[in-house]
Amino acid sequence: MLAKRIIPCLDCDLGIPSGRVVKGIEFKQIRYAGIPWELAEKYYLDGADEIVFLDITASSDRRETMVNVIKKTSKNVFIPLTVGGGIKSIEDARSAFNSGADKVTINTAAIENPELINQIADRYGNQACVVAIDAKRRDGWFECSIYGGRKFTGIDAIEWAKEAEERGAGDILLTSMDRDGTYDGFDIELTKAVSERVRIPVIASGGCGNPGHILEVFQKTKAQAALAASIFHYGKYKIGDVKNYLKEHGIHVRL
Amino acid sequence: MIAIVDYGMGNIFSIRNALEKVGADVKVTSKAEELGNSDGVVIPGVGSFGDAMKQLLPFEEKIGDSIEDGIPFLGICLGMQILFEKSQESKEPGFGIIPGEVIRLPNNVLVPQMGWNEIEIKKGIDLLDGIENGDFFYFVHSYHCVPENREMIIAITEYGTEVVAVINRDNIYAVQFHPEKSGKKGLLILKNFLRSTRC
Repeated sequence: MLAKRIIPCLDCDLGIPSGRVVKGIEFKQIRYAGIPWELAEKYYLDGADEIVFLDITASSDRRETMVNVIKKTSKNVFIPLTVGGGIKSIEDARSAFNSGADKVTINTAAIENPELINQIADRYGNQACVVAIDAKRRDGWFECSIYGGRKFTGIDAIEWAKEAEERGAGDILLTSMDRDGTYDGFDIELTKAVSERVRIPVIASGGCGNPGHILEVFQKTKAQAALAASIFHYGKYKIGDVKNYLKEHGIHVRL
Repeated sequence: MIAIVDYGMGNIFSIRNALEKVGADVKVTSKAEELGNSDGVVIPGVGSFGDAMKQLLPFEEKIGDSIEDGIPFLGICLGMQILFEKSQESKEPGFGIIPGEVIRLPNNVLVPQMGWNEIEIKKGIDLLDGIENGDFFYFVHSYHCVPENREMIIAITEYGTEVVAVINRDNIYAVQFHPEKSGKKGLLILKNFLRSTRC
């Protein structure tokens, strides 16, 4: 049986040459957390099942910086690496794969050009294409947002997840915009709704404040993975300890 | 020196880094004639069986020679599958070095299998030194190998059915999972492979 995955997420500000990991609160305020490849290696040694790098800079010269971050990371980190933020075309995806990424995650570009999902999946395999959805609670539904939460699309998150699956996505990275950075726990209703409607793995994201939140999302929804940033970045919890806790509570994890 | 065969399918970055991490002197090669000078040959691989076979055609003879010469060989994922006679994925025949076929994962599970799964060791060999029953490895595949001779099966995993995870015959080793993406246990397997070579 496949293990539930614990995925630390490194939000990277690539506006400086080496890049740095930062963490936003509700998609806005920013705190500094460390150097990307150093944090990634620490999480790898602590037992992370996968690492996600998200480029949250708005500058245009960042592609080279991200390539550098992935290359440096893949020298010492031997688990799957996912890269996202600013991937707009198959060429962007190729440069990520050629520098050592195993998967790319696309959000804005996928909504603006859904065919990109098919292109990446056809060329690199379903497993290589993660579609990220930033969902905002509305009255009775969830709305997809793009451009890091700055623009709303009117698109229903569940319907979009189903389309992404049909087009060849290998995972759905589902972030609750309402919970992101709050430490209040994952949005169970959102995660449950999406994970029960698609047959591909859903990675729950947004709101994780303690190991109990990860346990809750695995117990109450069909999420296959949980993504968290803050609880690991500031040394509050170690990944190994979180996994031990999950195992004690009957969750199948890799130790 | 370990030769990694670069036949234009997917990135060889990870396997190269992983082998270097465990101390191997690595050469990535897209020239068949360079295989003869190596102490070990690794065929990685992500992609489809048919495309891989077309790209590997120029290597077929040299790979066969190096295996006959007793040079340790490691096939990873698609690099395992191409050793077999045929695959349901493609009309292209495989190398046929190992009797058997490659079939699609069953319909009762999500395909591809993508993630960390446990292996069950059927037979202890040097390649698995330090690896225990229940250790997790990272799998990404839609098809799996069914060798005619079950004696070759070293470890399996469960994914809707029994999935062969590791096979061995003489100097041929092959794994369905990705050791270069399977953390410390994966590196250990690469280290064990390196030890089986003269390096």
